[in-house]
Amino acid sequence: MTKTPRILEVRANVLKDNDLLARSLRERFAQSRTLVLNLVSSPGSGKTTLLRQTLLELSPRYRVAALVGDLATDNDARRLAESGAPVRQIETKTLCHLEARMIEEHLEGWDLRQIDLLFIENVGNLVCPSSWDLGEDLRVALFSTTEGEDKPLKYPTLINTADIALITKIDLAEAVEFDHEAMYRNLREIRPGIEILEVSGKRGTGMAAWLERLEGALKAKRSQH
Amino acid sequence: MHELSIATHIVAVAQEEATARGVEVEAVHLRLGALSGVVVDSLLFGFEIASQGTPLEGTRLLIEEVPLTIYCPTCEAEVELAGIQSLRCPRCGELSGEIRRGKELEIVALEVKD
Repeated sequence: MTKTPRILEVRANVLKDNDLLARSLRERFAQSRTLVLNLVSSPGSGKTTLLRQTLLELSPRYRVAALVGDLATDNDARRLAESGAPVRQIETKTLCHLEARMIEEHLEGWDLRQIDLLFIENVGNLVCPSSWDLGEDLRVALFSTTEGEDKPLKYPTLINTADIALITKIDLAEAVEFDHEAMYRNLREIRPGIEILEVSGKRGTGMAAWLERLEGALKAKRSQH
Repeated sequence: MHELSIATHIVAVAQEEATARGVEVEAVHLRLGALSGVVVDSLLFGFEIASQGTPLEGTRLLIEEVPLTIYCPTCEAEVELAGIQSLRCPRCGELSGEIRRGKELEIVALEVKD
C-alpha cells in the first residue's frame, strides 16, 4: 500500500511580493497626489505617438513624467523626451512585462510631489502585463483600428483588468473598414461597461476628450487625498 | 512568455512557506483561474526550469484549473462560464461584470515528506 502523502494547507498568492510592492507604490502616489496610468497594448498600436502628444499637450498646465518599458533600446524614451517631460527608459532585457520593483527602482531620485501625472508605457504585449499590478490608478488598454475588431476576443485577460479602452489610429478607421459596433460589442462582452475612447495621436482627433478624462481623474484623486 | 517569471515566483513562495514550516516539499498544489492569463503547459515547463538548482528541483506542480464564475443578478445565482470571451450568463443572456472566481493564482497546499 502506498502511503498517503502529507498535505499541508497553504494559502499564498504567487505574486504577493509584487502586490505588496504595488500597494506601497500606490500609497506613495496617494501621498504625492500623482495620478498614475499604466498603458498596455500590442507593439505598433501607437502607444508612443499617443503618449508623446499627451505629454506635449499636458505639459504647459501640468507636471508630467513617463517611464517607458521596452525589451531593448531607448528609442521610445528619446522620442518622448522631445516633449520636454522627464522620461526614463526601463530596459527589461528578456522580460515581456513591467513589474512593480522596476517601477520603484526607476523612480529613484524623482520627487513625486513634483509630478502631477505619471505615465507608464508598458512593454508592447497584450498577454503578460495583465498579471502585474504597478500601483497605477488607471490601466488603459490601447487597440488600434488597424489591428481589427476581434483583438479583444483574443486577449480577454488583459481587457478584464483594464479601466479604459482606447481605440487608437481612429483616423485610419475608414481606410481599414473598421467596424466600431463590433469593437464596442467585443470589448463589453469581456468587460461590461468598460469606458471606451477613440483617438488619433497623429491627427489630434479625440485628444480633447482623452485629456479631459485625465484631468478629471487627477482632480478626483486630489480631492480624495 | 511570462510563465517563466510566474514559475520563479511559485518556487520562491513555496520554498518560503516550506522553510517557515520546517518541511521538505514533494509537490506544490496550485489553483489557477481561467482569467489568470497563464498557460498551463508553459507554466509546467517553466516550473521545471525555475526549480532547477533549488530545494524544489524534482518536485511536481499540480494545477487545479478554476473556471470563470460570475454572479448573475437576473438569475440571482453564481454561474460558471465555458470560456472567457464573454461574461454573459448562459442561462438568461445577461451581461455581468461581477466575477466571483477565475482570477486565482495561488498556492493552496504543499505535499511534504514525513
